[in-house]
Amino acid sequence: MPTDNKQPTTNNELLSFSGITKSFFGVAVLKDVSFIVPAGHTLGLVGENGAGKSTLMNILGGNLTPDDGQMSLGGEPHAPAAPKEATCAGVAFIHQELNLFPNLSIAENLFLAAFPRLGQKVVRGSPFVVCGSTDTTRVHQRTTNDEQRAVSRGLPWIDRRTLRSRTTELLRQVGLDHPPDTPVERLSAGERQLVEIAKALSIEPRLIILDEPTTSLTSRETEHLFALLNRLRERGIAMIYISHALNDVLRLCDSIVVLRDGAVVGQGPRAEWTVDRMITLMVGREMEQLFPHRPRSNLSPPSESTAAQVSASGAGSSDTLLEVAGVTQPGIVADISFGLRAGEVLGISGLMGSGRTELARILFGLDPLSRGSIHLAGRPIERLSPRERVAAGLAFLTESRRDEGLCLDASIADNLSLVSLPGHASGPAGWLNQGTMNASVQSARRAVTLNASARDLQPVKTLSGGNQQKVVLAKWLLNEPRVFILDEPTRGIDVGAKHEVYSLINQLVGRGAGVLMISSEIEELIGMCGRILVMNRGRIRDEIHLHQFDRERILKAALHDGHLAATAANPEAAR
Amino acid sequence: MKPVHWLLNNAPLVLFVVVFAIFGSLSPTFLELQNLSNILLQSSAMAIVATGMTFVLLTAGVDLSVGSVMFVAVAVAGKMIFQGSPLWVAFLAAIGVGVVAGAINAVFIIRLRIVAFIVTLAMLFVGRGFGLWLTNTRAMNMPEAVTQLGAAKLWGLPLPVIVFAVICLAAHLVLTRTPFGRQVYAVGQDADAARKAGLNVTGVLFAVYAIAGLCAAVSGLVSLTQTGAVSPSFGQQKEFNAIAAAVLGGVSLFGGRGSVLPGAVLGAVLIQTVENGLVILNANPYSYPLVTSAIIFVAVAIDSLRSRLLARLNRRRIYVDPGAAVE
Repeated sequence: MPTDNKQPTTNNELLSFSGITKSFFGVAVLKDVSFIVPAGHTLGLVGENGAGKSTLMNILGGNLTPDDGQMSLGGEPHAPAAPKEATCAGVAFIHQELNLFPNLSIAENLFLAAFPRLGQKVVRGSPFVVCGSTDTTRVHQRTTNDEQRAVSRGLPWIDRRTLRSRTTELLRQVGLDHPPDTPVERLSAGERQLVEIAKALSIEPRLIILDEPTTSLTSRETEHLFALLNRLRERGIAMIYISHALNDVLRLCDSIVVLRDGAVVGQGPRAEWTVDRMITLMVGREMEQLFPHRPRSNLSPPSESTAAQVSASGAGSSDTLLEVAGVTQPGIVADISFGLRAGEVLGISGLMGSGRTELARILFGLDPLSRGSIHLAGRPIERLSPRERVAAGLAFLTESRRDEGLCLDASIADNLSLVSLPGHASGPAGWLNQGTMNASVQSARRAVTLNASARDLQPVKTLSGGNQQKVVLAKWLLNEPRVFILDEPTRGIDVGAKHEVYSLINQLVGRGAGVLMISSEIEELIGMCGRILVMNRGRIRDEIHLHQFDRERILKAALHDGHLAATAANPEAAR
Repeated sequence: MKPVHWLLNNAPLVLFVVVFAIFGSLSPTFLELQNLSNILLQSSAMAIVATGMTFVLLTAGVDLSVGSVMFVAVAVAGKMIFQGSPLWVAFLAAIGVGVVAGAINAVFIIRLRIVAFIVTLAMLFVGRGFGLWLTNTRAMNMPEAVTQLGAAKLWGLPLPVIVFAVICLAAHLVLTRTPFGRQVYAVGQDADAARKAGLNVTGVLFAVYAIAGLCAAVSGLVSLTQTGAVSPSFGQQKEFNAIAAAVLGGVSLFGGRGSVLPGAVLGAVLIQTVENGLVILNANPYSYPLVTSAIIFVAVAIDSLRSRLLARLNRRRIYVDPGAAVE
């Protein structure tokens, strides 16, 4: 069936996926995904972080090639080997993080790869399709009349008049009232989003992919965007709209597809959907036997202070190790308050961009805070530098261990001793005591059961992701911190290594440390934490205790808009 | 625009006016037409190197080899002139040497992915060594025909100033009016995003280093017609003057921001103006570098202040206060 897509399928089908499969390093991220996008329709694509939405769109946009399966676009097979080929086929991709150059003007951003040139000969319409000469046949195929082909490339000289008039026309279409020469850095986030859409329109697209286009927009800018998207739909441009703002998806889209674990678990026209049904379909995975057992303190919400139970290791106490009160940084996080007790694993859930990582950075002192206080074991630390916070007993495992947590070219031993170096220096000159340093490196290695074949002097970059993460953890263990902030501690590592990281976390809290665990994987939080805070748009929207753990409730708090989240934060009213 | 913004964006111009006003008020000879045209003549060579350097800096790279490339280029030209080649052949050969040196830099930076700083630092030493070997570490005095070129006038203007004007104007037009020029700015802003946008990033990088080599060679030739000799120290430390001129003119070391006109040219002329003014005032020669470096320091401080300010303005917002206006 998929080998020959020549026979005209249903008249109004624009794009079809059939049996798209893709794995990374043996892990299947897309499993036999099939659905169609009718011409002129707006299709909502929803799913949790890691459900495979981005991978699917990257395949459509030519950034990735599928392991198996076919796509067809307008009846033609669509197998782009590069983003440019997808562009030529009329697929415009608006990424979540905007790809604009703030130092250039609006006009230059729109036509950067294909400036109109003096002396360029054009057969009707615009010459600005990015396709090179080899692709003109493809362009030819896709537009029935109004051919857009540059017959000659012209001089290497920008035709500024055409550039301005084309830009003005595109800006008019998206309703942006700025001169074409305005530098993009003067535009607001919403206006930049409109420039991205104008850029998409400049290739005369048949299909526009929008990935989370509203995350940094104000509600007025969002309204403006939706009005524009509706106008584009009336012009017959199909769209795939990816968003975690499920209400927006319901409002905007003609049909909705839900992905979970790389497979389509639900699809249908808008009338069949409610936000709750989407959420139910997005969740609903069986909990795996992944999490090592640890007795978790079961705290009921009203009597928090009294209910801290001593964990089995006997190290737990009701002492609050980390006390965060009213932490606010305008535009980043607002009014964050919570307490972390010894022996507790406190989870922070939320979508990417909800402010989780930013909160961690503020707690560790990497970013400033404008209001609020942070106490570590009763001592105020919000004015201390990160180094002083480390000395006070704070540890921070960053989200991207490659960039921030590890020196990849340095040896295992060097990385391990990095944090605790000052502790092994003595005398006025601060000579390092190699003996005690080696001893503690060895004990840290034993503690994390680092792969036995790894040698101390082996560069860290030669280790697997899981072992790298263990080196990062071990590095901090040497300093014996009281509070660990772990940002995505198991991202990108395999199941076995995950289990070991979980065991390590259990050991830490067993010894009386407190762990603040930030994760996109809800199972992981449910499996590990005694309490979960849910962040959404820079605020804590919900606090959920062990006996109430519920994936749907977490997702609701993370996904819903402000007013809905307010009800979700009040559990009794929500249920 | 707020006054602070205007000041930050036009710092080079403000500095220039201030320097002019100070020297002009201290010495009437400074403002004489003869002296002003002298300043232009003296700054031609530096402005041309700084122009090439601007292309490289705009892509967030650096070329430390331009001084040595100047030396090798004029050494080759000098050798050829002594062996009887016509001037124009020798000059073309010198320009060819400059482009080739730039291309070699580019290949190492692009293909082998070595940092520009290291590659061009190596080229600095290799070029100097090669030039010393060519000239047997002896100074070569050029025939009079060469220095006559330096003193020649066309339409009443000294030839070096005309070369200076042509090169800088051409560079300015390339940067502002051609697709390539605008892509240079895009690559410097974010090479990764430029690649995603479908630009030929390696092509752009290759071109800017070749242009830097070309400008270095031309600058060497201009300088040669003025001094009339190839000494072993020819072009030494010119790379730092070139970078200083560009930065002084508002070219950002972080890439993507700056211009040749007024930009780097203004910076080159400003440095020359300061030295000229100090000479006229009979200042202690040892104070020249101190004054020049103080001015450069001010310019660089303003540049990093501007970058920080921009970074703060462009910070991503996670939530939007309903009542808050746009910053």
